[in-house]
Amino acid sequence: MPTPVISVSHLGKSYGSTVAVDDLSLEVYKGEVFGLIGPNGAGKTTTMECVEGLRKADRGTISVLGLDPRRDATALEQRIGVQHQEAQLQKRIKVWEAVDLWSALYVKVVDTEALLARLGLEAKRDARFMTLSGGQKQRLFIALAMIHDPEVIFLDEVTTGLDPQARRTIWGLITDMKERGKTVFLTTHLMEEAERLCDRVAIIDHGRLVEVGTPAELVEKHCPQRSVVFTSEGNGAAERLAGGTGVLSVTSEGCTHTLRGEGDDFVTHVINLIARENIQVTGFRTELPTLEDVFLKLTGHGIRA
Amino acid sequence: MLNGFWKLTWIETKVFIREPMGFVTSLAMPLVIFLVFGSLSFGSSGTTSTVEAPFNVPILAALFIALSAVASLVVIISIYRESGILKRLRATPLSPVTILSAQVVVRLLFTVASLAILIVAGRQFFPGALDVNLPSFTAALLLSTLSILSLGFVIASLVPTSRFARPITAGFLYPMVVLSGLFFPIEQLPLPLRIFANGLPTTHAVSLMLGVWDGSGWGAHLGSVAALILIFLVCIGLTTRIFRWE
Repeated sequence: MPTPVISVSHLGKSYGSTVAVDDLSLEVYKGEVFGLIGPNGAGKTTTMECVEGLRKADRGTISVLGLDPRRDATALEQRIGVQHQEAQLQKRIKVWEAVDLWSALYVKVVDTEALLARLGLEAKRDARFMTLSGGQKQRLFIALAMIHDPEVIFLDEVTTGLDPQARRTIWGLITDMKERGKTVFLTTHLMEEAERLCDRVAIIDHGRLVEVGTPAELVEKHCPQRSVVFTSEGNGAAERLAGGTGVLSVTSEGCTHTLRGEGDDFVTHVINLIARENIQVTGFRTELPTLEDVFLKLTGHGIRA
Repeated sequence: MLNGFWKLTWIETKVFIREPMGFVTSLAMPLVIFLVFGSLSFGSSGTTSTVEAPFNVPILAALFIALSAVASLVVIISIYRESGILKRLRATPLSPVTILSAQVVVRLLFTVASLAILIVAGRQFFPGALDVNLPSFTAALLLSTLSILSLGFVIASLVPTSRFARPITAGFLYPMVVLSGLFFPIEQLPLPLRIFANGLPTTHAVSLMLGVWDGSGWGAHLGSVAALILIFLVCIGLTTRIFRWE
């Protein structure tokens, strides 16, 4: 059994009459990248901020590294690193000044020059915060979150609003954290990001936990359908495949045919079938379901809705 | 953590200086008031004032130094809150008291700087007009500023967005100047308004600074000193209850 680093049990939090988080329980294991995914307003940030100790939960218990985030805040803040959604610093603070201030606050501090270099910020040491690009700001916040070599790192919508290249840089940094043995707890509404980075994800919607598991498990469990789309000039290609094992349905549009089926070996089946029937194929691709499809199926609406 | 406190204070000082608009405005406003009203009442030459001023010009300028400090405090707190800077600082081992005290120390630092500029300008343009026990007057101004700053935290807790920070602060502070006893004795006011005026820090600030100015010293104004301290304690107590970090 892996060691839980974060345990949340029956967490509840309301703002006035609005229920932000409702009876939510989850565990995050040591060394994994765990993603909380859901649309805006699903309760991701509230959950994360309760776990960080920034917010007081109305109900339930939370344990991080065996500590209570509210009661043991002083001990815990030396061991966790946080990055907030849409955070800012003083407009005219310089990168090195922020790093210098943060360094003074922790008992144990990493080599900050090496850290800035690793995050690609060494040339920006003397730049004012306001002059940094969105990606550079986020990398600075990641640097500040990692300055005391924390065991658990919290990243709230860390790539939101960034261009694809900056996003990929951040993804590389998160992979790097994992390789250094850190536990990463992140929130995102980008399914591609969750699928690529997370060992396990929890889908939350309207403050409730809908499902938790590895991205592959969730896809396998909720969206086992696979599709093969191929193009063939020959007549009757679709009809010859329709009766094959595992093929649930066939649709054709001109020379393009789509076969649907279930299970991991469906694609292999179709390839064998095409070979056996000696069908001339000019185009061939597979369509696999993604977390996005799982999300749609489980919640009845899209992630960006 | 003391180390973080001085680092944060130093950073906040530099950040404030780097923002020319806020920095220059807060230093220039008391100076302009001093020079304009000063030239009207002292005349442009001579070692003693020739025209009797309807009110004490240096005290008005000093009061504006304190009010500038409060206005910049409210604006900065509301901007920091709105953009999540307060929230980010609070998620560090910095204590809430440290984060807000750093702002107070920076304001007091610039209060002393403003007063120094005023003194230099006074010696230049109105020689003899500023004959006062400087350390004692500086201390009176700092205590007054501290007391009004504590009210600034209460205002900063109530301001909805940074856009309204300046007008709301002005709306709070300027009526206080009128009722401070600088322009007419508050004994002339009807009783309810007199009670109200006595609850304002500016009234006691003016009374203490006028006392120091006239040379009667702190001993004769212990009531004002006590009132300034009491207002400070009440406002800080209120702030701990109503202050919003985000």
